[in-house]
Amino acid sequence: MPLSHRFRPAPARALHPVHAALLAGSLPLFAGTLLSDWAYAASYEVQWTNFASWLNAGALLFLGLALVFALVDTIRGLGRGIIYLVLVAATFAIGLVNSFIHAKDGWASMPTGLVLSILVTGLALVAVWFGFATLRKGETA
Amino acid sequence: MRARFVFGTLAACVALTACSGGSEAPEYGENPQLPEKQRGLLPNMEIANPASWGDARPQVPEGYAITAIATDLKVPRQTLVLPNGDILVAEGSGGHAPKLRPKDIIAGYIKAKGKTSVEGGNRLTLLRDADGDGTYEVRSVFAEGLDAPYGLAFANGMIYVANQGELVRFTYRDGQTRADAPPIRVTKLPAKINHHWTKSLAASPDGRFLYVGIGSNSNVGDRGMDVEEDRAMVWQIDARTGMHRPFATGIRNPTALAFRPGSDELWAVANERDELGANLVPDYLTSVRDGAFYGWPYSYWGQNVDTRVKPARPDLVASAIKPDYALGAHVAALGVAFSAPIMGERFAQGAFVGEHGSWNRSEPVGYKVVFVPFSNGRPAGDPVDVVTGFRGEDGMTRGRPVGVTFDPRGALIICDDLSNTVWRLVPETPGNPEDFVPAGRSRADVMEEGEGGVRAPASAVATPDNLPEAR
Repeated sequence: MPLSHRFRPAPARALHPVHAALLAGSLPLFAGTLLSDWAYAASYEVQWTNFASWLNAGALLFLGLALVFALVDTIRGLGRGIIYLVLVAATFAIGLVNSFIHAKDGWASMPTGLVLSILVTGLALVAVWFGFATLRKGETA
Repeated sequence: MRARFVFGTLAACVALTACSGGSEAPEYGENPQLPEKQRGLLPNMEIANPASWGDARPQVPEGYAITAIATDLKVPRQTLVLPNGDILVAEGSGGHAPKLRPKDIIAGYIKAKGKTSVEGGNRLTLLRDADGDGTYEVRSVFAEGLDAPYGLAFANGMIYVANQGELVRFTYRDGQTRADAPPIRVTKLPAKINHHWTKSLAASPDGRFLYVGIGSNSNVGDRGMDVEEDRAMVWQIDARTGMHRPFATGIRNPTALAFRPGSDELWAVANERDELGANLVPDYLTSVRDGAFYGWPYSYWGQNVDTRVKPARPDLVASAIKPDYALGAHVAALGVAFSAPIMGERFAQGAFVGEHGSWNRSEPVGYKVVFVPFSNGRPAGDPVDVVTGFRGEDGMTRGRPVGVTFDPRGALIICDDLSNTVWRLVPETPGNPEDFVPAGRSRADVMEEGEGGVRAPASAVATPDNLPEAR
């Protein structure tokens, strides 16, 4: 199969159920990171930033595995298209940077951590949208 | 495989942090120039790469010799020279800080690579050199079943031991090689979490008070300030009743305490905070002033605000005072001992400092014993290397100095908790104490003062006849 075909969306095919669960599962975890960061920024209570670190780590675990699925799908020519792949990869990359930012002590993670959490949550939402977008009632390939 | 993973991780760390500098030597002295705060995406980490000594030995200055007087110990950290010349070694490793963040797991794993794999002995080992030949032929377990013993002091005819959770005392008879009875508690010490678990100890010259250094429960308040109650301070404890009060606060990790001979001044070495750059914040040697606040966690080196701590406390920062003498950032000073003229002219007046060595710096520092010269009771001049070679030019680390103790017989006793060795540094030609008696004091006064306010009876003092053989 030519390379260009590999990156063409295959909208008729639903995401593998595990792929779907991993992708969708990362979204509330990133959103939880965002909310925890917000709570820390509002209260200075350090436990919130600990929560944010773990939620972000969980999100990265889920999304990292989803990224593997997306890559394998792409290689097999069954991918959701280049935009979806780039979205998942970018979300993962920013989430990883955010985990390093959150490893700074105390307020040193702020405000960058909160900004990145907002960015990564938004990106994850768009990635989920692209991942599931074609599975609408009545649509056919 | 595992090692390769670690090196890969470290290489990545270096790549991600290369921009944050660290090539210049750290500042030291009374007025160090403090650089701007800086930190890359990941902290700089360069962990000791342990190797055995083999035929290698620590390097000492011309005219000095060093020997290992005890090996295969179980994490020796501090020593105490008893009036009869016997040496007690505190062996142990404490702390039970929960891993709160993913960072704690990863950094803990990496840092453990630079430490011994031996489990702490939780005991005191006694070493004896009965014939004064410099070989410690008797070795016995003085006490066991302790909980991470660290600080040691001799006063009021008793041996005081600072475990990680309580200060205890043993009754002592001259010549004893084993404690008669279990220790008696003087007072409980703050033990919650024990991120910095070492409890340093010194007794006042008159034996009335004991001083315990208590480290913080975090780098810079990052476990919340609730867990920092009674932390990062020096307690003054009544030796008789166990009653205590904070003597000085805001000292992040006061890892060793000692009274300056011939004075009532308590001195401390302390480890300052990490992750502000290669040359921040200097670890320090300072006289500890009653009632003083030294800044932690809100500020460093006086009133330089650390913005990582929220909410900020400008009121406390305004009261923060500067320590006396910077030893250099990240050197990890863990031992201090005042010297005496018997150590030779170069080291007649001043303090030895044991530096465990850095982790938070791409160019490692520390990993040696230095001497800070004093004049008129104040540090005067740059620190001088005394014992080096713990970290070889091949990048391998063979030992890490911890506690240093002055032996009035004319030696410096050095704990090494990586190779689990106790080293003994001696001048080949001991200095003549007569030449260095400070004004207004008799020779007997000078000779009677040991490290940590311990007064050695005249019988323990070396004369030219019973000095150890120079090697």
